[in-house]
Amino acid sequence: MTSATATTLAATNEHLASMSNTLIYSSMAVYTLAFFAYIFEWLLGSRSRVARTANALTTDTAARKAPAVTVKKAGGTAVLERPKVVVRSAAGSRDVPDGPGAHGGDEQGDLYGRIAISLTVLAFLVELAGVITRAASVQRAPWGNMYEFNITFSTVAVAIYLGLLALKKNVRWMGLFLITTVLLDLGLAVTVLYTASEPLVPALHSYWLYIHVSTAIFCGAVFYVGAVATVLYLFKDSYENKLETGGTPGRFATSVLDRLPASASLDKFAYRVNAAVFPLWTFTIIAGAIWAGSAWGRYWNWDPKETWSFITWVAYACYLHARATAGWKGRKAAYLAMLAFGCWLFNYYGVNIFVTGKHSYAGV
Amino acid sequence: MSSSSKHVSDDQELGAAGSQLSTAPSQDEPPIVPGIGVVGWARWFWRQLTSMRVALLLLLLLSLGAIPGSLIPQSGADISKVDDFRKAHRTLSPLYDKLGLFHVYSSVWFSAIYILLFVSLVGCIIPRAWQFVGQLRGRPPGAPKRLDRLPAYTTWRTTATPEEVRDAALTLLEKRRFRSHLVGDAVAAEKGYVREFGNLVFHVALIVMLIAFASGQMYKSDGTKLVVEGDGFANSILQYDDFKSGSLFSTDDLVPFSFDLKNFKASYQTSGPSKGTPVTFSADIDYSEGAYGKPKRTTIKVNEPLRIDDAKVYLVSHGYAPVVTVRDAKGDVVYHDAVPLLPLDANVTSQGVVKVMDGYKNPRGISEQLGISAFFLPTYGGGSSVLSTFPALGNPVLNLTPYHGDLGVDSGIPQSVYQLDKSHMKEFKDSKGAQFRDNLKPGQTMQLPNGAGSVTFEKDVKEWAGFEIVQEPGSGWALGGALAAIFGLAASLFIQRRRVWVRAVPGADGVTVVEMAGLGRSESAKVPEELGDLAGILYDQAPGASDPGEDDHSAASPVPAEGAEKR
Repeated sequence: MTSATATTLAATNEHLASMSNTLIYSSMAVYTLAFFAYIFEWLLGSRSRVARTANALTTDTAARKAPAVTVKKAGGTAVLERPKVVVRSAAGSRDVPDGPGAHGGDEQGDLYGRIAISLTVLAFLVELAGVITRAASVQRAPWGNMYEFNITFSTVAVAIYLGLLALKKNVRWMGLFLITTVLLDLGLAVTVLYTASEPLVPALHSYWLYIHVSTAIFCGAVFYVGAVATVLYLFKDSYENKLETGGTPGRFATSVLDRLPASASLDKFAYRVNAAVFPLWTFTIIAGAIWAGSAWGRYWNWDPKETWSFITWVAYACYLHARATAGWKGRKAAYLAMLAFGCWLFNYYGVNIFVTGKHSYAGV
Repeated sequence: MSSSSKHVSDDQELGAAGSQLSTAPSQDEPPIVPGIGVVGWARWFWRQLTSMRVALLLLLLLSLGAIPGSLIPQSGADISKVDDFRKAHRTLSPLYDKLGLFHVYSSVWFSAIYILLFVSLVGCIIPRAWQFVGQLRGRPPGAPKRLDRLPAYTTWRTTATPEEVRDAALTLLEKRRFRSHLVGDAVAAEKGYVREFGNLVFHVALIVMLIAFASGQMYKSDGTKLVVEGDGFANSILQYDDFKSGSLFSTDDLVPFSFDLKNFKASYQTSGPSKGTPVTFSADIDYSEGAYGKPKRTTIKVNEPLRIDDAKVYLVSHGYAPVVTVRDAKGDVVYHDAVPLLPLDANVTSQGVVKVMDGYKNPRGISEQLGISAFFLPTYGGGSSVLSTFPALGNPVLNLTPYHGDLGVDSGIPQSVYQLDKSHMKEFKDSKGAQFRDNLKPGQTMQLPNGAGSVTFEKDVKEWAGFEIVQEPGSGWALGGALAAIFGLAASLFIQRRRVWVRAVPGADGVTVVEMAGLGRSESAKVPEELGDLAGILYDQAPGASDPGEDDHSAASPVPAEGAEKR
């Protein structure tokens, strides 16, 4: 390559890199707008007084103990004469309906919620473009340092949220909580973690980078979505417990928590999300071990990053087991899930910043 | 809670129908009181160890136990960091030593945790596998009396005869790959055994991985060798610079091969904020397998080791080896060799020693040894800078400080080839009486004071490459175990094990009543959905009777139950 073409190439790369930065900042601006729209949704939603949870848990006991029954049509054709499937929830579970969502049935609130989602989609597209131009500017996968990792991470987390929405899953309640932390994540990325675009050190020249790091980011984003649901589950569960034992929760708690899905739904959602991604997390660690085998000489070195991936794995394994063990399911299992996500967070931020190891090129 | 009593009564109503939908250990363990004597205690201990709760605690302990190893320097990873830590923490270190915190992952207590965990695992798997075999050999249990008590239920009246309905149901369920058979007036069917199978595979795979890892540790060998361009290496213990091996390793296990380093290439970032960051490293070698193999040319890169049987050759480090020629007072060459120098920083400022052991005679004709302390800067930045400014050979400068006397290599005390023991060495003095030293560019020669000889920095600066040769048997087993674990895990998490019953009996008025019910191991929206599908198909074969009948299962309260997805 002649030096002239090298210079033009470098210029293009720098141009792309600055374009990427602009896009990331723009996406932050749009996320902020989305954030305010979500806030309006919650505010306007507080006008309605639905209190489904309270109704379900405080009406007289006889009515409450009747088995919950839903009727639905067999198949999709909804022919009236066809047999109907009756569904009974398991004995002993609390029969609480899901909350109506942030808008609380308020039309204006719902409108703001929809605006918020549209803005989230827009911000996501802008951020995605930012990630892609960053990749183009460095001519490799944009996962070489913590800044790149952070911007990719939040992009994937939002993609998962939007994907679940597109699949008509009941996840709209998550919007505000997710976007708040996405903004924090991006703020951290552009202020503390920012690194100018640069090529990779030889140890990262491997196709395993694409496999190992992309799955690690994806797993992290899914674990994060699970953790949000778990935290909300803990709040909602204590709210329901309080109602059930005759307590009166505060007005703010009532207003917010009554609009969230039932604790059982949140718990189930968190479990599904975590369980679904656990095999992939296992694969991420194994892919890392295979890569380590060809880069460092041994497939398992007890490097801090490896150790913490293992700790995270064991913590999630604990959670999955606990959820199936009497005396552990429910709140205790949820605490384990939080612990597991804490391990994941420490593995990402803590190990990169405070501990030096063989993964230290992923540094700040 | 009142729910527990309800739970029990529901289970009784279901009878055997809900039993053995999983082989998971029973959770409502009766309070076990240890019996009398050793056997009683052993049994109690075994039951405790194999209980889910203890397994869970052991898992938690394992993750807790792994933490210190990631925060405290480990001797297995970096011995020099451990030494630094010992120097910095005089009071803490002996305590850490006692607790084995400098080698957590081979410490007694860490081993105890995982060995207990795996014993617990084995104690859990064997009965579960046995039960599972029993379930595979048996047939799905017959329909419970009251199907409408099950989580998913449907019923209709049909014009078809009970036999026709049952036959149709049997055909349908078998087509859908349910294991099904006729029990009395109902068809019993079950599907999703792969879940249990995957679960067992996963746990067995964990054990395989542990054994592979442990045996790998015992039979492994791991050595490093520094090779200068043009030199070679043959795989025998004597040739290694540094060699570690597991407790069961024997020298016969070393794979026979040899190689010559032809050329080492490195490239670096030449501009930008990360100037000097390495971009590529590669070593061209000629290698031959076995004692008399034909030489083959290949290139080893950082992520691309050379594999020869069980052995893998990794490129792990690199540096410079300036070629130095030393002449004595008479002008005879007493030393001519490439001197490998150790890099001190990222820009490969390097340090080492030229040791002239014998052959050198000083101007008075007396035999002496020479030791020349060497600093090498691949790119000298000018001025008084003593550090290289770029890792590649831009403006190489070799700084030499010669000494003469006794190197002390014959004293029997092992000595590093990169360090100079000056206790019996004397400096050369220049004309002003100061210590003699000089900077050389390639091709330059420095004359030692008083005609004591000369030292030439030859034009050809060689590079050296550090190789790590690793043999770790069992990694294939570990990989196989890992892959099996992933598939087992996916099967056990994503596949639902569920049962379906179809009962067809003549009603009081002679019209056939069909009842269908589904039961899953865990509550899932899939069970009622699937039941709906099956009912739809079966309904087409056994169409509804004209009698509208009353529907006692119409919504008592329009509350969506857990597990039912809203459409």
